[in-house]
Amino acid sequence: MSLDPGLVRKDFPILQRTMRGKPLVYLDTAASAQKPQAVIDAISHFYANDYANIHRGVYELSATATRLHEQARDKVRAFVGAAEAREIIFVRNATEAINLAAWSYGRSNVSEGDEVIVSALEHHADLVPWQQLCLEKGAQLKVIPVDDDGALDLDAYEALLSERTKLVACAQVSNAIGTHVPVRDIIRLAHDRGVPVLLDAAQSVPRFEVDVQELDCDFLAFSGHKLYGPTGIGVLYVRGEILDQMLPYQTGGGMIEQVTFEETTFARAPERFEAGTPDIAGAIGLGAAIDYLSELGMANVEAHEADLLHYGTALLEEIPEVRIIGTAKEKTGVVSFVVDGVHPHDVGTILDGEGVAIRAGHHCAQPLMNRFQVPATARASLGVYNDRSDLDRLADAIRMCLELFA
Amino acid sequence: MSELRELYQTTILDHNKQPRNFRAVDAKTHEADGHNPLCGDQVTIELSLSDDGIVSDVGFQGSGCAISTASASMMTEAIKGKPVAEIDALFGRFRELVTSDPTQEPDVDGVGKLMVFAGVREFPMRVKCATLAWHTLHAAMNGDETAKTE
Repeated sequence: MSLDPGLVRKDFPILQRTMRGKPLVYLDTAASAQKPQAVIDAISHFYANDYANIHRGVYELSATATRLHEQARDKVRAFVGAAEAREIIFVRNATEAINLAAWSYGRSNVSEGDEVIVSALEHHADLVPWQQLCLEKGAQLKVIPVDDDGALDLDAYEALLSERTKLVACAQVSNAIGTHVPVRDIIRLAHDRGVPVLLDAAQSVPRFEVDVQELDCDFLAFSGHKLYGPTGIGVLYVRGEILDQMLPYQTGGGMIEQVTFEETTFARAPERFEAGTPDIAGAIGLGAAIDYLSELGMANVEAHEADLLHYGTALLEEIPEVRIIGTAKEKTGVVSFVVDGVHPHDVGTILDGEGVAIRAGHHCAQPLMNRFQVPATARASLGVYNDRSDLDRLADAIRMCLELFA
Repeated sequence: MSELRELYQTTILDHNKQPRNFRAVDAKTHEADGHNPLCGDQVTIELSLSDDGIVSDVGFQGSGCAISTASASMMTEAIKGKPVAEIDALFGRFRELVTSDPTQEPDVDGVGKLMVFAGVREFPMRVKCATLAWHTLHAAMNGDETAKTE
């Protein structure tokens, strides 16, 4: 059964509204996905009926809230194919997930003279934490280059791996230009040398099935809000064997075993990494989003977005003034482009005037923009609720930019 | 489309295509770099300030959208030969114009040709594009080296 965007749209109340007097065309899902009614309802139902703080409450409400929170953790576990629920750590977003890995794993495993490898595609969230760690430790950050199409140079990657390499951190799908990275090769080559790999899955988890055991990755980071869930909740998956060696990220309530004035022993994972009252409703909302996507079927989501990407790319290629940035053979969900003679911010504003929401800017990937020698691009990104007519409206609005700036 | 035509007036598009005073200033006495960290627009303003506090020459360089380029270009035309106090007052009037309530008639008193930027009021996300050059000019005149819109 394939995905019917007409039916899916009805699940998203915000898509019933207009923007600047026109039906809203939302092509900014790579920045954040809109929320289905099921997610909105799950959060308000929880606050209205089942809310209390979790853990250690002896009363029924607290036990219910704890159960719902842990059920959500198990939904995430199953969704990414992890073996155990304790491997799923709830954080605020992908950024915090990567910072947690850099702090709790990176700081005790990277020393002076060591090397960390990232790719040229990285979002600042998967670049700056490693860069700062390397600066602090006197380690070196190595960067896998991209070719002119925006595909990673795997030969160069293999040459970068050395006995000093302590970690590889890599996006599975580029948020800025949509490159779908062959992470199986990235992981295999790293594991051949005993190097662990962190995947930034913020753009991949919402777009196709990701199975951490099948991929054999060591860390996987993603945000709930890009997965059609609420803001304020994200996930770091850590392979079990590594989990037990990692130091706490933050300390305080909820993550302890025993505390005296002199010392503290810490709880086991995942609580060890979840100090303080967490975003309980956020986790439950994320669980509802996962239920929603599972019902659509991730294989259907993938096929639907592949069709739209193909269709949209062909439409943009018909406009001679448009140049697509990122033309790798394997791409998912995102088309980035520049329009001759019209700055991306002006493109963004003119499209907004036509009710078409896209993003214009450096997409938190300034080094990648420098690589392609553009200060910024306009980026249209896809979600489950988009259909071909949205891309027709995009192309029409780009023609209007050209008309206005003629 | 009408709101967009209001924003992208012919004068703005003309200054974007052919920016005036898009150059370095040989006899510069003051300069500053400005950038908008959110969108990456960046501008350098150089000026020559005489002993009696008059901007005798001004030029700008950099890259940005049509609104920020046209604003920088028209700003250089508007301030050349004017005393600092008058320029500061014009900046104040300009800022009021682009941030005022779009449902009211714009108050274009004393802004001269810069009234073409009244359309920015409908697009609050673009106010920083219109004011980047002015903030940078202000920093230059005050002896600061950099200006940010954030």
